[in-house]
Amino acid sequence: MVKINELQVSFKNPLTDFPFFCSNRVCLLADCMLITILYLPFQLNMKKIVKKHPLAIRWFHWVNFPVLGVMIWSGLLIYWANGVYKIGFGSKTLIKFFPKSFYETLNLKFHLAEGMAYHFLFMWLFFLNGIAYVLYTIFSGEWRYLVPARHSFKDAWQVLLHDLHISKYKPPQGKYNAAQQIAYSAFIVMGIGSILTGLAIYKRVQLGWLTSMFGGYKMSRIIHFALTIGYVLFFLIHIIQVIIAGWNNFRAMITGFEVVKTKDETISEEMTK
Amino acid sequence: MTNFLKNIFTKNSKLSTDQLIIKKTIISFFIFFVFAGAAFWGWKWLRHQTNSAEGTRKPLRAALDVNEAIFAKILSDKHLTKEYDRSQAAQRVRVNGKLGLRNNLDSAAWSMYVIKTKGDTLKLKMDDIKKLPKTEVVFNFKCIEGWNQITYWGGVKFSDFIKAYGLEKESSLKYIGLNTPDKEYYVGIDMASAMHPQTILCYEMNGQPLPLDQGYPLRLIIPVKYGIKHLKRIGTLFFDNERPPDYWYERGYDYFSGL
Repeated sequence: MVKINELQVSFKNPLTDFPFFCSNRVCLLADCMLITILYLPFQLNMKKIVKKHPLAIRWFHWVNFPVLGVMIWSGLLIYWANGVYKIGFGSKTLIKFFPKSFYETLNLKFHLAEGMAYHFLFMWLFFLNGIAYVLYTIFSGEWRYLVPARHSFKDAWQVLLHDLHISKYKPPQGKYNAAQQIAYSAFIVMGIGSILTGLAIYKRVQLGWLTSMFGGYKMSRIIHFALTIGYVLFFLIHIIQVIIAGWNNFRAMITGFEVVKTKDETISEEMTK
Repeated sequence: MTNFLKNIFTKNSKLSTDQLIIKKTIISFFIFFVFAGAAFWGWKWLRHQTNSAEGTRKPLRAALDVNEAIFAKILSDKHLTKEYDRSQAAQRVRVNGKLGLRNNLDSAAWSMYVIKTKGDTLKLKMDDIKKLPKTEVVFNFKCIEGWNQITYWGGVKFSDFIKAYGLEKESSLKYIGLNTPDKEYYVGIDMASAMHPQTILCYEMNGQPLPLDQGYPLRLIIPVKYGIKHLKRIGTLFFDNERPPDYWYERGYDYFSGL
């Protein structure tokens, strides 16, 4: 929307030539409405390139994707050697992590040594990429789009209802909607959790205080595993959302820009520099 | 198509918004696929590295050794394994392997051979070890497979043993090596871990002499390492500046395997 107090700035090119009849507020408002009615059809057809994701963020995202993939795969090779977790009540098992067929289909059996070797190489990439991402997000100010505000938790519910086609209302948002803010911020916390519980398992004598902090060795291993399941669930929902959001959104994660049909002239000027 | 290509080499300012969108998209995706291809090629390269004699692909082995150099730095005599009360120790202690125990043991003939230098071997009987001060440790034994169990062991602190038999010079080397009498199982351990105050030459479990399948008459208990390093039924002990052979290292595991 064109704001009244920005009129002087925005009206430069075809629009700026439109004469101002008078200077009082009512006339200004009338001018504004006239301009809008006259130029709206034309303006809506105009495409604008709008910057969305900085180059650094795109790099961190696409480096993390295969690295986390290798971490999960090698983690499964390790987990297989003592695959004891399950969800159930009493003696009744609802979900077993994992059924025999799962290991067989994915060829995960008898690769403990290999799994550990891959895990302890790629952990460095996961760690360094994660640290770089967090530092960049803090110092570039990108965290402002990302960190949820108090109202985000309420808004996220509205976003969910909207995405599930239950409600038509969508809360106003910045680069990310409230649900994205919460999910992506949670992902960072999960990453930190994976690194810390990983260290607690890996060096449980030398970093014994860390292992105790997570409730001992067994608990550290459970949390480490649960977080991994969390990544997989995140990934599935993320893929569905990306498909629904469409090409423009996906392209932005590679090119950095989105194409917007907008009335605001100033954005595209900045982009064409 | 030729228009697309022409657009790529045209200045942004001379392009319409539509052309600019196409140009930027093509360039970005091109770069994206180049790097994705490079990453895929890198992965293929890693997967095609042959297993060396060290049991795993060379770059992976190199990474494990770098990790050792980094994480061995935090190894400290002051970082002790958490100890538990004896009552918490398992009565049925898990037996996970019989490597090196398959041949019958002649317990009367058993001795531990401590090779000081070539031709200078110390031959020790059980009494030579039992007469040294006893140390007990109740700790959470951790297997490299991922399971763990609180267990209770008794024996002689390795560093006490070194002092008692005047092996200070030998213990200034970088590693110790241990073999079972039949040489079927063998481990190498860095000296700092061997000299750690909780490392013991162990002859008792739960206050009783070791069972045969737990390494009777003498085994190593080294809480700063995974179970694969806790060699059962010690036959030979030796010292070296190079890594002594290690059974699981040869099968792709980390040499250090420290916790």
